[in-house]
Amino acid sequence: MITTDLTMALPEIFLACAATTLLLFGAFRGEQGASFISALSVAVLAIAFGLIFLGNRPEGVAFGGLFVVDAYGDYMKLVVLVAAGFGILMTQRFIEREGMDRFEIPVLMVLATLGMLMMISANDLMSLYVGLELQSLSLYVIAAIRRENLKSSEAGLKYFVLGALSSGMLLYGSSMVYGFTGATDFAVIGENLSVALSTGGVPEIGLIVGLVFICAAIAFKISAVPFHMWTPDVYEGAPTPVTAFFASAPKVAGITLFARILSDPFGSLVGEWQQIIVFVALASMILGSLAAIKQTNIKRLMAYSSIGNIGYALVGLAAGTQAGIEGLLIYMTIYIFMNMGTFACILSMRQKGTMVESIEDLKGLSKTSPLMAFALTVFMFSMAGIPPLAGFFGKYVVFAAAVDAGLTTLAVIGVLTSVIGAFYYLRIIKVMYFDEPTASFDKPIGGEMTLVLTVSSVFIVFFILFSSPIMDGAALAASALFAG
Amino acid sequence: MQDHLLSIVTFAPLFGALAIILLVRSENEEAVAKNSRWVALWVSGVTFLVSLFLWTGFEQGTADFQFVEQVEWMPSLGLTYHMGVDGISVLFVLLSTLLTPICIISSWGAVKKRVKEYMIAFLILETMMIGMFCALDIVVFYVFFEGVLIPMFLIIGIWGGERRVYAAFKLFLYTLAGSVLMLVAILAMYFESGTANIVELLAYSFPVEMQKWLWVAFFASFAVKVPMWPVHTWLPDAHVEAPTAGSVILAGVLLKMGAYGFLRFSMPMMPDASLYFSPLVYALSIVAVIYTSLVALAQEDMKKLIAYSSVAHMGYVTIGIFAANQQGVEGAIYQMLSHGVVSAALFLCVGVVYDRLHTREINRYGGVVEKMPNYALVFMVFMLASVGLPGTGGFVGEFLVLVGAFKANTWVAALAATGMVLGAAYMLWLYRKVVFGKLEKDDLKSLLDLDLREKAIFLPLLLITLWMGIYPPSFLNIMSASVSNLVNNYEAAITASNAAPMFAQVFGQ
Repeated sequence: MITTDLTMALPEIFLACAATTLLLFGAFRGEQGASFISALSVAVLAIAFGLIFLGNRPEGVAFGGLFVVDAYGDYMKLVVLVAAGFGILMTQRFIEREGMDRFEIPVLMVLATLGMLMMISANDLMSLYVGLELQSLSLYVIAAIRRENLKSSEAGLKYFVLGALSSGMLLYGSSMVYGFTGATDFAVIGENLSVALSTGGVPEIGLIVGLVFICAAIAFKISAVPFHMWTPDVYEGAPTPVTAFFASAPKVAGITLFARILSDPFGSLVGEWQQIIVFVALASMILGSLAAIKQTNIKRLMAYSSIGNIGYALVGLAAGTQAGIEGLLIYMTIYIFMNMGTFACILSMRQKGTMVESIEDLKGLSKTSPLMAFALTVFMFSMAGIPPLAGFFGKYVVFAAAVDAGLTTLAVIGVLTSVIGAFYYLRIIKVMYFDEPTASFDKPIGGEMTLVLTVSSVFIVFFILFSSPIMDGAALAASALFAG
Repeated sequence: MQDHLLSIVTFAPLFGALAIILLVRSENEEAVAKNSRWVALWVSGVTFLVSLFLWTGFEQGTADFQFVEQVEWMPSLGLTYHMGVDGISVLFVLLSTLLTPICIISSWGAVKKRVKEYMIAFLILETMMIGMFCALDIVVFYVFFEGVLIPMFLIIGIWGGERRVYAAFKLFLYTLAGSVLMLVAILAMYFESGTANIVELLAYSFPVEMQKWLWVAFFASFAVKVPMWPVHTWLPDAHVEAPTAGSVILAGVLLKMGAYGFLRFSMPMMPDASLYFSPLVYALSIVAVIYTSLVALAQEDMKKLIAYSSVAHMGYVTIGIFAANQQGVEGAIYQMLSHGVVSAALFLCVGVVYDRLHTREINRYGGVVEKMPNYALVFMVFMLASVGLPGTGGFVGEFLVLVGAFKANTWVAALAATGMVLGAAYMLWLYRKVVFGKLEKDDLKSLLDLDLREKAIFLPLLLITLWMGIYPPSFLNIMSASVSNLVNNYEAAITASNAAPMFAQVFGQ
């Protein structure tokens, strides 16, 4: 029995052991070992990826219902691992250059990833909280890792205070749910609810309050409006590779958890939570597109862009259907690649040895480094949702689900905000292609940046031809969520 | 090759672009420019020659789609890669393949910076245009329809004039705003009918109330593309700022995309709504014809004048389409084809003098005929074709549209006909100011007449314009079966549902 449980959690157990070992190793090696540990961390994530992708683990619940393994979780874990792997890959050179090459950074990122995998597999409010906190605590530390830098410490502190608040809300909401359903196990909550509702009862108000609190807390973690306020400041203040990491893997984990908790235990309350998600999606799309227009710092711009992107992904969730979840999964997969590619470009924005972050610094990039300009153009057009690039298909699947579910108004407003969003993505292309160069960036940008850039842009450009692995995987994953 | 002819024609330019990206490399900028030009010319030229097989192999007298290809594409979304042409679309494919090599030759000397990227953009643009006319899956159509924006944005933004950034953004955002609404409508159609296949959608009848919403969404996209008044304002800006070849392709092909959309989607798939909204279309088209003609009269910039004349000419096209009878629709298609050739040629005419003097201001010219007699002759033919003189392609199109409009609604025909008079006024005025008069300005005295390259560009366009004017059946026979099928289905649908236009009670039928 326990052997089966352990086999099911093998990737997580492996990550936990590996992270601890890396930490010990780093402590003995001292600061010189940072780049080696960074490389090892990527390898560890790659092995975890292999364990999930190739390993034939039994599906179902483990550890007395705390932990669940299904195709849905596996798909999203793979996405998270890819994102985290890219994230660590892009970090090393940066921290070396900035003189902050501490071995704790990659280790903390691995620990955060472990937390994310736990969140994705959580099948109980308690294990959910544990996973979420493991992720958040690691992230608080790396946000503030540049202690001597005022902006970075501010970002870390802000993130911590607001994050703690949202964790509190999550706990409070969980306690309400426990009080009114008598369980923390997702399956039991779902059963109790559907029994109560099928006998003609209406959901009790306390339960709804609990649900709202849980939604608010998760919305905070994925920086959906109106809980987005921390995002631009933290994105701007945190070291750039950390920002890249923030904008990708935790978002995927958070939204996966969101979809699971709403479809699984609270599936019978779809009428109640749908309005919340519709509002949050709308508000995120509108704010994400409008507020980004005036930004001059590219990291802040990406913060608003990520808010908008979460809004589009939530459109899929708002549909409340299997097709909607499928759309959400596809959207997040594509988002990861666009986001990682864009941040690889941002990380390569160095002039005479220092980082620059203003959009104006990209002036004339198409002349000074044409390939990078081309890649960034691909990402920007893709983010704007212009076919034939991948971003279009991401938007297509979520809006298709929304239209199918009868949320036509949401879809219409959504596509119109994507036009507003297109404006600021185009502005970056304009700066790169239409303006004359002033100064060029330092070259070479480094092998791992080139790798990330190549992989992401190939993915975005050729998605139209070779989409079936992603599409099939997402379809399988979504059906697994709805079967359970 | 017959089986994959459309894919070959569509994607050959894309492979040409890839070849330029991968193969044309050198430290020497001149060599890169030269090689890119030649590769682009060869690829687009061969594409044109191959596309002629569409003309010869096209079976007249049937409304079915021909050269059909169907391959599974994204099965989980219900999408297939489905291509085919009928009498309505085949000629536009040929128009696109004809104009691209002409554009490439015309930018031979005019484009000097970033030639490689320019040629890549043009070849990708060609793929998008052809694909759009061939697509028989509504999402594939959308992908090509929107995909056009990327190369066009870059062409205007990088190689355009002074206010190019403004023009490029305006073009992009206007068209995108319209198109995304169409996307939602496409999704709604997909879920209502359960298919994205255009052939099946053509046979599906949507509920009348839904048709109206769908129609409005499609209209938002196509009206911007046509462009119809009052959403035409992006066009003069885009034309003025675009490089000559950009204007040529914009006027020649891109403006036809909206009208083609009306013919392919709005009319056959939403017949009741098309009838219901036809007064609106008439009203906007008449305003376009008269108002933009008047605006054209007041222009000082040659390109802007021709841009406004395009809006007016496209007004005829929309009137013809929504007249919904054989003459009207055939006239609309004919007008589009001839306008595609003629306005493209007119922009090239402007380009010829612009390359020499670097100004498009009408007042800076006068008496050009003394130095450039050949140019004056060529310009005259196209100017008269634009006015609609018998013997040129322009006449046939406008005449058929007016006949069709007269059958549908006398007032519309009468008002539209005034546009012809105004059209003659501004075009003749332009011609007189530029070509005739005394040769007084010093810089004009050293002008050189058309060189061989320019003659080579104009000759095919000239011949086609005259051919279209003198022997229309070569073109009408290709489209007539498809058009009569379209018109018959339309009439059957509106008789069956007993539909009426808006304000019918006020104005009578």
